[in-house]
Amino acid sequence: MDVLVYLMPAALFLGILGLVAFIWALRSGQFEDIEGAAHRILIEDDPKNDRSPGA
Amino acid sequence: MNMISSSAPLATHSAGADAEHLELLVQNVHCAGCMSKIERAVSGLPGVVGVRLNMSTHRLSVDFAPETLEPETILQTVTALGYPTMPYRAALAVDAGAAEERALLLALAVAGFAAGNVMLLSVSVWAGALDDMGAATRGLFHWLSALIALPAVAFAGRPFFRSAWSVLRSGSMNMDVPISLAVILASGVSLAETISGGPHAYFDAAVTLLFFLLIGRYLDHSARARARSAAASLLSMSGETARLIDPDGHERVVPLGDVAPEMMVALSPGEKIPVDGIVATGVSDIDSSLLTGEAVPETIRPGGAVYAGTLNLTGPLSIRVKAAVGDTLLADIVRLMETAERGRSAYVVLVDRIARFYSPAVHALAFGTFVLWWMLGAGVHDGLLNAVAVLIITCPCALGLAVPVVRVVAHGLLFTRGVLVKTPDALERLAQVDTVIFDKTGTLTRGELELVERPGDGILAEAAALAGASRHPLSRAVADAGAHLPKPCAVNVVEVAGSGVEGTIGGEVVRLGRRAWAAPGALETPFDGPELWYSASGGTYHRFRFRDSLKEDAVETVAALQALGIHVAILSGDHTASVAAVANKLGIADWQAGCRPNEKVDAVHEFALAGHRVLMVGDGLNDAPALAAGFVSASPASGADISRTAADIVFQGKFLAPVVWMVRVGQGAQARVRENIALSIAYNAFAVPIAVAGLVTPLVAAIAMSTSSILVTLNAVRLRRIKL
Repeated sequence: MDVLVYLMPAALFLGILGLVAFIWALRSGQFEDIEGAAHRILIEDDPKNDRSPGA
Repeated sequence: MNMISSSAPLATHSAGADAEHLELLVQNVHCAGCMSKIERAVSGLPGVVGVRLNMSTHRLSVDFAPETLEPETILQTVTALGYPTMPYRAALAVDAGAAEERALLLALAVAGFAAGNVMLLSVSVWAGALDDMGAATRGLFHWLSALIALPAVAFAGRPFFRSAWSVLRSGSMNMDVPISLAVILASGVSLAETISGGPHAYFDAAVTLLFFLLIGRYLDHSARARARSAAASLLSMSGETARLIDPDGHERVVPLGDVAPEMMVALSPGEKIPVDGIVATGVSDIDSSLLTGEAVPETIRPGGAVYAGTLNLTGPLSIRVKAAVGDTLLADIVRLMETAERGRSAYVVLVDRIARFYSPAVHALAFGTFVLWWMLGAGVHDGLLNAVAVLIITCPCALGLAVPVVRVVAHGLLFTRGVLVKTPDALERLAQVDTVIFDKTGTLTRGELELVERPGDGILAEAAALAGASRHPLSRAVADAGAHLPKPCAVNVVEVAGSGVEGTIGGEVVRLGRRAWAAPGALETPFDGPELWYSASGGTYHRFRFRDSLKEDAVETVAALQALGIHVAILSGDHTASVAAVANKLGIADWQAGCRPNEKVDAVHEFALAGHRVLMVGDGLNDAPALAAGFVSASPASGADISRTAADIVFQGKFLAPVVWMVRVGQGAQARVRENIALSIAYNAFAVPIAVAGLVTPLVAAIAMSTSSILVTLNAVRLRRIKL
């Protein structure tokens, strides 16, 4: 059972990593326009379009 | 078409060092093509630093350098691409919902994280119970679970605690009360159990319950947030400025807020009317399709009334202001919609009606269990543990799933047929509908004027040459019909407001317009749609007739609804003659014509007062308040933005059959919900005695809860067998 000493912190760390990634995504406004994001993949790349204002 | 007077002072605010920030509301953005077209055009302007179009809110955010670019240029650029654009007035918007939605999403994320990790530990404990897990390892797992679960419950449970607290204070009950109590007690008792090194901890039950319930809460909330933003975009539709005529005859542009009743305002052709008023001088055609749904413009003369939000098409006008901003008909529609929506939220969904009896019963049962064990001499600890087991096992997992799962299946079924259900409880309301009210233009009919009778190509070409000079929709239809023909040269073309277009072709004066003006000598034959007459060179008269024809399956749909025992009615803002003709063809005896938006709402309320449950189907802006007032409402996807947002259900607009589908699926879904609730009650009848007897360990609780959940889910899937 000694392996638990490594496994449990590792499992928790990975879980928290996911949570932090999600909170970061939420904070950086990636859930502001879910509908638009779905359509945006169809637009051809244009460096100028990638710049978003202020927010 | 210039929607905003060019000198409108657009509200911008500073965005960093040298940049200004501008928010515009862009209509009719539907696809990736629209997005890239608009973003590319705007980012191509000199001085633009950043541009982004949000498709969910239809808002275009632009950062630009104010010294190189005027904000009006941005607005005109987007408008010129064919997307009606107006400044977004932040003061009118309701942004509170956005913050709440983010908070819910965050709570959901935390609950999800906790549920996953606690379940990992719990499964190990259950497996270890069969094997040889030592008390020390189990204790460590419980402590770890507590470490994850307690902060998560405290954070993610707040929406439920808050709601439970507020209904308890007002002395009533909802489903959040047993949820909150079960979650708090389960966490508290599990913590006590952990501290005392006992074998049973219910942390997993507490956090997974929160996780699943939060998913439903979030979906519900995001649907409602959209409905709220509708009102904001509606208010932005009236112009920002007005051209005031001073008593000395001078004209000056003022912000809309400075216009007061009895002032005089000047309007050019093509301009949006900013206020309600009475025409003082001038004759013009007014496109009031926004307010009435009527496709054919109305001719207005001195003394006639005009309303904010309508469009002045053909002639210059001066109007005496009757109602300025905030008191206009458009503002009234917003208010009507808000009141209607508030009235409807009084409806209590089935699950909450059950909760009124269910929660007191569950709490009494749990308390009874505690008292029973305590009296039997089991001690406070064991008594409390068994009482919590009762709360967890009866806690509305099956009940909480019974409705959402049926919804998901029903929504999926309708979605594959092009019907989008936006309001979570729309299906439940649909099942009770006994009356369907249709709007006419654009809902029962195609909403486009079709040229059904026209003269030969030679004459059509001449008429089209004239018609090209006019903004009137009938002229447009003629111009479009003749677009492919080689046209003669028309000179001296002038538009005579309220009458038609006059010009010279081949040296002779020709006219296209209303019969009395263009073809005074022509014979009148009755017709239920609009007409145009053309007096060709040589003095002959020719007739153009237009009709807004019915949707292909309108007759079948109305018949199918009537076969289901549903009363069908029409409420239209259109003229009596054309509504009567449509009603006749469809076999609908109950119809009203010439309804203003508030009269539509009144009519819907009358049905409601008579005890009917109304499904309102409409597409125009004038239908929006009635849609909000209906017991449940649907709008074709071709409808105005505001109507689609006000409606509970949006369907692909070419056909009407979706209306029958939604009613049938609604009825089917309600039957499945009833069965599921019966199943949950049967499950409780079986599980509660076991819990009261103190035989429920965390493992038994987990198995019992998932079995009941699987049962109700399987039952819900049976809904897919409905043939549409």
